[in-house]
Amino acid sequence: MPTAIEFNNISKLYRLGLVSTGTLAHDLKRWWTINVRRKEDPYLKIGETNDRSTKGESDYVWALKDIDFKVEQGDVVGVIGKNGAGKSTLLKLLSKVTAPTTGEIRAKGRIGSLLEVGTGFHPEMTGRENIYMNGAILGMTKPEIAKKLDEIIDFSGCERYIDTPVKRYSSGMMVRLGFAVAAHLDPEILVVDEVLAVGDAEFQKKAIGKMQDVSKGEGRTVLFVSHNMTAVKNLCKKGVILKNGKLDYSGDISSTIERYLSNQEERSNIAIADIKERSGNGTLRFTDIEITDTNDNPKESFEVGESIKIKVYFDSSERLKDASMSRIDIGINNMMDYQILWLSTYMFGDKLDPSKGYVQFNIPRLPLNDGTYNINLYSEVDHELADWIQNVSKLKVNYRDYYGNGRIMPVGQVPVVLDYNLE
Amino acid sequence: MYMFFSLLWLSYGSQEAKLCKAMSEEKWTTVIKPKDKLFDVNIGELWRYRDLISLFIKRNIITQYKQTLLGPLWFIIQPALTVIMYMIVFGGIAGIPTDGVPRPLFYLAGTCMWQYFAECLTKTSNTFVDNAGIFGKVYFPRLAVPIANVFSNLVRFGIQLALFLVVYTVYAFIGDSGAYFNMYALLFPVLVLMLAGLALGFGIIISSLTTKYRDLQVLFSFLVSLWMYATPIVYPLSQTKSMFWNGIQVHTLMCLNPVTPIIETFKYGFLGCGDFVGWRWLIYSFVFMVVLLALGIVVFNRVQKSFMDTV
Repeated sequence: MPTAIEFNNISKLYRLGLVSTGTLAHDLKRWWTINVRRKEDPYLKIGETNDRSTKGESDYVWALKDIDFKVEQGDVVGVIGKNGAGKSTLLKLLSKVTAPTTGEIRAKGRIGSLLEVGTGFHPEMTGRENIYMNGAILGMTKPEIAKKLDEIIDFSGCERYIDTPVKRYSSGMMVRLGFAVAAHLDPEILVVDEVLAVGDAEFQKKAIGKMQDVSKGEGRTVLFVSHNMTAVKNLCKKGVILKNGKLDYSGDISSTIERYLSNQEERSNIAIADIKERSGNGTLRFTDIEITDTNDNPKESFEVGESIKIKVYFDSSERLKDASMSRIDIGINNMMDYQILWLSTYMFGDKLDPSKGYVQFNIPRLPLNDGTYNINLYSEVDHELADWIQNVSKLKVNYRDYYGNGRIMPVGQVPVVLDYNLE
Repeated sequence: MYMFFSLLWLSYGSQEAKLCKAMSEEKWTTVIKPKDKLFDVNIGELWRYRDLISLFIKRNIITQYKQTLLGPLWFIIQPALTVIMYMIVFGGIAGIPTDGVPRPLFYLAGTCMWQYFAECLTKTSNTFVDNAGIFGKVYFPRLAVPIANVFSNLVRFGIQLALFLVVYTVYAFIGDSGAYFNMYALLFPVLVLMLAGLALGFGIIISSLTTKYRDLQVLFSFLVSLWMYATPIVYPLSQTKSMFWNGIQVHTLMCLNPVTPIIETFKYGFLGCGDFVGWRWLIYSFVFMVVLLALGIVVFNRVQKSFMDTV
């Protein structure tokens, strides 16, 4: 397959903070060094890696640094990464909204970008007028839009409102109309930022279906950014992971997703008490979690149907003792981040015992099917969020012989198993 | 306006052809680089987006008087009130003569022209700031927005010009107008083109400079209102003939303002008042416009690539 897009050493430097006299001084110095002394931009050297959560020395960060990869024609590539990893910056560069600081992107064919649905909609204009407006902004010509007008209106499902100003539309209808226009764009390369996460369920299904048609049937190259792993997995053939502005991994989609999700687990090596990415007022603070079998042995992985214990340790403040209501929840999510199981002390009482320092959940027959799961911890004291940590730990489960008859379960069924028998 | 751009396009055409050739050899159709060459202005691309420009024009016109009772009538009320105010202040209180032309006609002629210029200028100078939302999400040639602006303002200008012509006819029937058309009125389309070009040129330069530091925007908004007094709108240029400043005729200084020759020619052509400023000054003004516009386009083109990071 020929190459459709080529990223050559793409980097993008951003300045943080406010525009002030300091910026002016920097601008003057930059101008002086580049144009008068004919040297390299002095601020390119002091840029730092883009790590959102740590405090840095410099005001300059590399939102992207030395990105180098190729996309083949007809590939549908999912770009994944944490918030602030540089995904949107990459798409912005590709859609020419802003220019890279260094490097070059080369592409074959028209690039259509969809960083937002309904760009340029004017509230005072009718749906029909806005279709033309939006279409033209996205790069279509008037005859092109006119040819597809009926199709677009039909796809949006807003026929009744089409001659009404869009300010009378519900927000969902606005999104439908915007997406309908975008879906009928015909560029060779399509760049899509998380726009599918809008509209009602019916429309989302329709939108994903359309995206699939576009990528499969018509052989177009698509770059797709999303946090919705299910959508990424459904749509994309290949994947790219960005981490702190750098290219972390690229490969086929399932290995990319696996790597991305297991990367998130790196944290489980850190003591829970030291985790910084948590929210809540700290009235209660989780310190540790232990997942063991009934003999208190911690294990790498468990069997489907095995009896396990989850012990959650916590530190408490004075306020917790006086609290009239306190609870600890455990959420167990699958790799696509859908919550599968929910356990809570709330189902057994209104208050925790702060002097004990831990709660223990006993699960007699683990109903989770073969796979890896993420555990989230959540605590509420007096109806206020006390502590909430996502992905504190991983739970691996292997299917052996849940039904006790030696039969092997087909792969890819539901994430839970049900205790039942046949008569 | 189109004519002018096709001229520009021709001048860049050869360069573009070379560029296209280089690309087709590598088969890359899009190359995104940190910076283009200084004169890499893609006028051909602008032409491809002409539908967008016409839609912007339509949008500007449609949305301007939506949900107002009087609608486009406001375009007439505004200059009418301005003229009445001028008649009281400059004609009545200050007693500035109007070259023997009836006051309403004199002020109306100046106001119509100036309003068009000022309106184009202020709108264009806010291009980046006003459109940051759209610009941040989609790429299209940014120049489409200011160009559409200049055209959509023509509608308003046309309506005001109609008002001027009505008042003109009324005076002609009364018979004491002292104003008459002459051959120079035929220059009108060129004059409008020059006004539009100047407004566009100044506007896009200002908008390029204000993306990062907004100070200029504040300065500029009142500078425009001061500029009007440096242009013979509320007084005739002929008044300055006998004035000198450090041995230089004030008349000459006034004409250095590129808007002055345009306004004066308009007034001379339609009202026959004052003297014709001379072809020399008119050509000066035209060359000023072309150079300014070319400079503006180059600066604008440079800024548009990464203005999103600073706006």
